Amino acid sequence: MTAGGATATITLSFRDLYRWYTTAAHWRGTAGIPHRLEEHVVMSVAVVAAALVISLPVGLTIGHTGRGAVIGVNLANIGRAIPSFAILVMGAEVLGIGAQPAFLALLALAIPPIVTNTSVAIREVDPDAREAARGMGMTGWQILRRVELPMAVPLVMAGVRTAGVQVVATATLAAVVAWGGLGRFIIDGIGQQDGGQLVGGALLVVVLSLAAEVGLGALQRVLTPAGLRQASALPGAAALAGTAGAGPDA
Amino acid sequence: MVQGSAYLADVGQQWLRWSYVTGSSHRILDALRQHVVLTAIAVLVGLLISLPLGLVAWRFRRLTTPILGLAGVLYTIPALALFALLVPITGLSRTTAEIGLVSYTLLILVRNLVAGLEAVPPEIREAARGMGMTPLRQLARIDLPLAIPAIVAGIRIATVTTIGLVTVTALIGQNSLGQLIYSGLTNFDRTPVTVGAVLSVALAVVADVTLLGLQRVATPWARSRRVQ
Repeated sequence: MTAGGATATITLSFRDLYRWYTTAAHWRGTAGIPHRLEEHVVMSVAVVAAALVISLPVGLTIGHTGRGAVIGVNLANIGRAIPSFAILVMGAEVLGIGAQPAFLALLALAIPPIVTNTSVAIREVDPDAREAARGMGMTGWQILRRVELPMAVPLVMAGVRTAGVQVVATATLAAVVAWGGLGRFIIDGIGQQDGGQLVGGALLVVVLSLAAEVGLGALQRVLTPAGLRQASALPGAAALAGTAGAGPDA
Repeated sequence: MVQGSAYLADVGQQWLRWSYVTGSSHRILDALRQHVVLTAIAVLVGLLISLPLGLVAWRFRRLTTPILGLAGVLYTIPALALFALLVPITGLSRTTAEIGLVSYTLLILVRNLVAGLEAVPPEIREAARGMGMTPLRQLARIDLPLAIPAIVAGIRIATVTTIGLVTVTALIGQNSLGQLIYSGLTNFDRTPVTVGAVLSVALAVVADVTLLGLQRVATPWARSRRVQ
């Protein structure tokens, strides 16, 4: 890049940063901050929604019938070892660059945590509660809908939170495969050795990620049936139990 | 990019060309080695920081939430963004990569250490005190050994996570299996992408199994029981 050599230096003063945020052109058009933010949010919401539509029936079936549980959990574990960066690049190699391959790659990342958490959640429903429901004459479908599902909500939502935070994070990387989103500013900032754009964009990503984590956490609490609410001793204790935590993945 | 590239495009369509693997074996091995080095440094430094931090979080209740909360915030920041924030300070360097990678291990390692220490049965702790053990001795002989399964579980998760994250350091110019993946993207060649991804997964599996083996050796008393 520079005539000097391979190691580019990117400098930044608070003034650069201030200037990047206050330049009017950065707030307009398809390359502007609002549009990039919108792309990022719309993509993330669409991916999580699609992942829910696919994962919930699969996870519920596995959990309720106990069939395919071993395969499912092992697939999810292997999936976790595949770097999301590699999944994104492979998506681009197969489908070309742009929004569609980014969507599908992110979807592939979002499905495993929701499927795993849903099936585990259903399976770990208190057997006594299930037994009582059966004793009351409930059918399998009724047990699923009125007992297993409400009791599974906290863990299912933990999976959604994990998936959501991971999708927001990995969508940042999708700028590498020529998609937009807030990651665009980081990739372009490095490419153009523009410290203001680099850090300005990165700070936006940080804010959005934390907002996703906090927002989905609040949603999890709201959706949890009152009878099941209790303070968790350790934040994110689910990951310890092997149900996977949200990752900085990408 | 139009006519002459027909051959190139054809080559790029193949997921695995052995000619690439044999022809670039030196480069592939070097990427693998760098990947291992970046991961090992991150997990080891992460452990060095997490041990005292975890002990403090465990010993002083009021600090548990702030410490885990701060580590949680770091963990939530996407790797590319964290690297980007560091670049103006530490440059497109290995230091930048390592600072980012280490910060991601902290939540996993500290949380598992605290959970492991908390899970030590109170009657065992009581017995140790009854035998006249000093608090430090009790920590070294009772609490920490009994927390080993949880600690190793944390190291395993941290290692597998880090191996995946190292691929992202390609974007800040670091050599690793991620660099192979990245080069495949920029050269429209699928083979390096496959090689990088497969080796990365293989490395994660090997590391995970090795650490599990180490845990078995370190906790002979737990061998009869099922340990995660």
